[in-house]
Order: sequence, then C-alpha cells, then structure tokens
Amino acid sequence: MGGESVETIVDIEYGRLTMRRFWTVFLVLLLGAALTGCAATKKKGGAVDVEDATIALSTDETDATASGIGSEDTTAGEIITVDQDSADMDDPLGQRVVYFDFDSSNLTLEAQRVIEAHAQYLSGNPGMAVVLEGHADERGTREYNLALGERRANAVSEIFQAMGVAPDAIRTISYGEERPVSMGQDESAWSLNRRVEILY
Amino acid sequence: MRRLAAGLLLALTSGCALVLPGLASAALTIEITQGENSGTPVAAVPFRWVGSGDPPEDMRAIIAADLHRSGRFNLLPPTDFLSKPSEIAEVRYKDWRLIKAESLVIGRVTQKGPDEYEVSFQLLDVYRERVKVGLRFTTNAAQLRQVAHQISDRIFYEITGIPGAFDTRIAYVTMNQLDNADRVYRLMVADSDGHNPRQILETVNLPVLSPAWSPNGEWLAYVSFSDARSGANVWLQDISSGNRREVAQIEGTASAPAWSPDGKWLALTVSAKGNTDIYVLEVASGETRRLTRHPAIDTEPAWAPNGRHLVFTSDRSGRPQIYRIGRNGGEAKRLTRNGKENARASFDPTGKRLVMVTNRGSGAGYQIGVFYPASGRTDLLTDGTLDESPTFSPNGAMILYATRLGGAGVLAAVSSDGRVRQVLKMHDGEVREPAWAASR
Repeated sequence: MGGESVETIVDIEYGRLTMRRFWTVFLVLLLGAALTGCAATKKKGGAVDVEDATIALSTDETDATASGIGSEDTTAGEIITVDQDSADMDDPLGQRVVYFDFDSSNLTLEAQRVIEAHAQYLSGNPGMAVVLEGHADERGTREYNLALGERRANAVSEIFQAMGVAPDAIRTISYGEERPVSMGQDESAWSLNRRVEILY
Repeated sequence: MRRLAAGLLLALTSGCALVLPGLASAALTIEITQGENSGTPVAAVPFRWVGSGDPPEDMRAIIAADLHRSGRFNLLPPTDFLSKPSEIAEVRYKDWRLIKAESLVIGRVTQKGPDEYEVSFQLLDVYRERVKVGLRFTTNAAQLRQVAHQISDRIFYEITGIPGAFDTRIAYVTMNQLDNADRVYRLMVADSDGHNPRQILETVNLPVLSPAWSPNGEWLAYVSFSDARSGANVWLQDISSGNRREVAQIEGTASAPAWSPDGKWLALTVSAKGNTDIYVLEVASGETRRLTRHPAIDTEPAWAPNGRHLVFTSDRSGRPQIYRIGRNGGEAKRLTRNGKENARASFDPTGKRLVMVTNRGSGAGYQIGVFYPASGRTDLLTDGTLDESPTFSPNGAMILYATRLGGAGVLAAVSSDGRVRQVLKMHDGEVREPAWAASR
C-alpha cells in the first residue's frame, strides 16, 4: 500500500487518538510497510464469503448492506491502491475470517493484513456498517468462551477504529463456542473455530 | 391449540424464539457407567401391585435408581431375596440378615379407582428389627413417579441424615442441527432423573446457555440472543406461565446469571467495550452495580450460600482461575492455585466445597473437580476430556454435569464422592448446560 495514503489517515485521526491507539496504528503501519505486495485489490470483496454473509446477516438492513458490497463502488478504488500483480487468492479483502491461537486474542501477521485491508476499505466507505463476530473453540467453559469471543472481536475493532472506521459503524458480537464451523474434536477443527468473522 | 399452531409457524422462520410451556419432548434414558457397591446395603423389594392389568409405574425401580445414583447405597439384587414381603406382618428379619441387608424397603400400590392409587411404604432397620419410617400416599398415575422420588428422599434422609434431593427438577439445553444447517435450541425442564421433560423455550440459530434457577424454583434466568445482530443478554422466564423478559437494557452484552440466595439479586457478567466484568443486578428495580473492574476476563459468578461473597472465573493471572470477592466488591482473592485452568465454580449448600471445571494441563483436558477452599485440595470426579457445566444437587450429595459420549453431548450425574457415575442419554441431539433447582 502507499505510505502516503496511510499517513493521511493518521493525520485525520490523530487528534482523538489515545496513546494506545496511536501505538496500534503505528504498529499497523510498520507491518504494512514491512509486508510486500500487501496492496489490496478491491475487486468483489464479498464474493468468497456468500455463506458467511447469509449466516449472520439475516435481518433486512444487513442484507441490504451485504448486497451493496457485491456491486462495484468506484470511490473505494480511489483510496485503496490496486496492485495488478496480486492474485485473487492473495486478496486480503476476499478473506472475511481471521483466526487465533488457543485462548488468545493476539493477531497473527496474516490476520493483521486482512483486518487492515478491510479497515481501509471501510474507512473509505463511511456509510457502511460492519459486524465483527467473535468465536471460540469448544475447549474451556462456555461463558469464558463467550467473553473470549468478545475479546477477539474487540481486538479487530480496535484496529478498525485506529484506522479510521467510525466506532458507530462497528458492532461486535460474540457467540463464544456456540457456533462452530467445524464439528470435529481435534486441532484442525478447533483452529477453524477460533475466529472473528468480518461481516458487511 | 391456537397458540401451539402459531408457535410452530414462528419456528419455521429462522432466528426466532418461542415459549411453549408444557410441550413434552423425547425422554431421557439413564445408563450406569460406573458404580461401586460400597454404600449402605439396602434391599428394596418390588412393590406389590394390587389392581388389574400392569402397574402404572415400577416404584421399586425408580427408588432403587435414585438411591443407587447417590453413590451412598449398595442396592442388593432382588434375585438374592429369600422372600418378597409387602407389609410388616410378612417380614422375616433373618431372611435379610442372611443377605447382609442393613435396611429393607417394602411397599405396595393399590388401585382405588379409575385413576386413583394408594401407595404405602416402610423402611425397616434389619438389625434392630423395627420400622424407621412408614408413609401412605393417595395419588393418580401421573404423580406416581413423584411419589417414588419422595419415598427416595425419605429413605435417603433416614439413613444418611441429609435431606434427599430426588424430588427436584433440573433444567438443561438441547441442540439439534437440522439438515439445512439450522441449529434448534431448546430449554428443557425435567425431573431430577431426567424423566418428564418439558420444553419451555425453543430458538432457531440463537444459542441458549447458562440456565439458572431462582431459589424458589419459579424462575429460570438464562443467556440467549434476541436476534442475529444483538449480543448475548440475560433473560428471565416464569416457568409456569412461560412469560419471559430481558433483565436489563445494559450497554454491551450480559451473560452468566447467578441468583443470590435470597432471590433478590442476580450476579452477571457484563461485557462493555470489549472488557468483561462482574456486576450485580437488583431483580425488582433492574439497577446494576459493578463488582469487578479489571481488564482481564471476569465471568461465571456464583454466590456463597450465606450471600456475603461470590466466586468467579478470571484470567487476570494469565489463565482462568477461581477468585473470591465480597458482595459489595473490594479486592478479589485468588482461591485456586493448582491446575492449569479452573473455571465455572459454584458452592455446595454448606459453602465449604466448590464444584468446578478443572484442567491439570499436559493435554489432560477438562474434568469436574470438587475444590475445598480451606485446604486448597481438589478432588477429581470425572475422567472425560470436555466435561463442563457442573451443578450441585440442592443437598450437595450429587453433581450433574455435561460430558461427551460418542461425539455427542450428554448429561451425566456423579455422586459428590465420585463413587457412582451415570449418563442420562437423550434420544437425539446434543444435551448440555444442566442446572439443578434448589427446590421443587
């Protein structure tokens, strides 16, 4: 991504950044600079995740939002640098789920890249609302996992806000371990269930 | 009937919740998975049936299952019995001394009318050759199971000195995944042995968890979701009418409800701006007060029986552990020191023991443990890898919990000394989140 446009975001937001937020932004920028080919193509952000969208976006208003993503929106393309070399499968906007380690809300580099891309897209589309849905694997108690899912969703929300997405446009919700995507009882299943779904 | 039809119609639309008191569902069956015959030897003679056709209930079977499940009795096999008395005049005590029975249970069921039965029972002390207690009930067929549980309660009390808790109710949650991937959640209420299940809530794709009985047994508090876009909230439902409401319009999400012993307060977990803390809420006014203020996860509050303090789960030390705090807040004190994780603790009626989910680490998974705060000792009661949601019986003699059997969630009961373990298996779907009512 272009360093210039990112700096612009910081300039706009700096006035109300807390020190914690500032460091979050700083780290995000650092990561962004370190990653090569991190440019996001805006193309069909929602295409990969039709299923995810229908699971959570069952109310009319969110359905409307979801279908809005499917149509091309040129204003967003002006904000996000398009790198023609980046293949579709590397498109971070095509990924709507980020994954976590056990009992952790720390974001992996890959998760940061995905979140950052969505944050940029959303901050360039101020009318859009996003739901961050936190989940946990089945290990640990149900209520603890409900809180853990909340913490995970909030970790994503903090980066969104630090990167200029309006707090009002973000809703976090946790389902804890209650909505697994994989019903298996081993690490391969658990790793898929420890997640935040980015739904818009 | 119109209400039922409307309810079924509603159930077809996804994301709805409906309340249907009194609708029966699949029954539970009980399977004994572990038992030691080391308790008081008791001979329970099959009750004599005085009536036409078959007896409506096998009273002896219900009583024997109750007593066995408690882990405190060794039920002698009826095939060893030398005689089958049903009243005192027929009892030859030496028959029972020969098979080393210490207590003898005899009784009969007499049909008095189309749906009227007289049940009599006596508990006899074999060595002192005397009647410890004798009771007579007049009832109908539908109440016979309850009468059997009341007899079990009386036997339990006479032999152990502790009030029985068989004539009580439990709540639990079932989940069935449909072919179209919809998940149907049902909140159920049943007798303590899993019989007579009644559905009090059904939701589609909106999870239900953490049911908690009010001390008077009239209300259930539980966690659910009002729609797919709203976070968890705590609901209160009147068991008899089925009416329900959200306890408070709290900013953020609320979960993990726990009733104070006087029934006037609910402790709960409130998650606001990504931080999870313990609050107490006055049920009548809806006013809340914050108990903990910590950036860590604080959840799963439970009141001490004296109402003066609570325990809760917190990961402020890195992993979930059990902490104690005064009912008006103050400094939290860590209670559990052993084990990698300890969570979801709740008190027994004496306040001296806690039952909780414990993980010793090294891939041991999650089991049910009884923790003694005074000594710091934890006794492991189960050997599953995903055992959770333990709940004491009102007399503290047994613990009901959720475990997995063949990949499916089932409820299991374990005596609080760990000696007897039984699985309550439902016909289909996942069964989880048991909660034992404090009263009938």
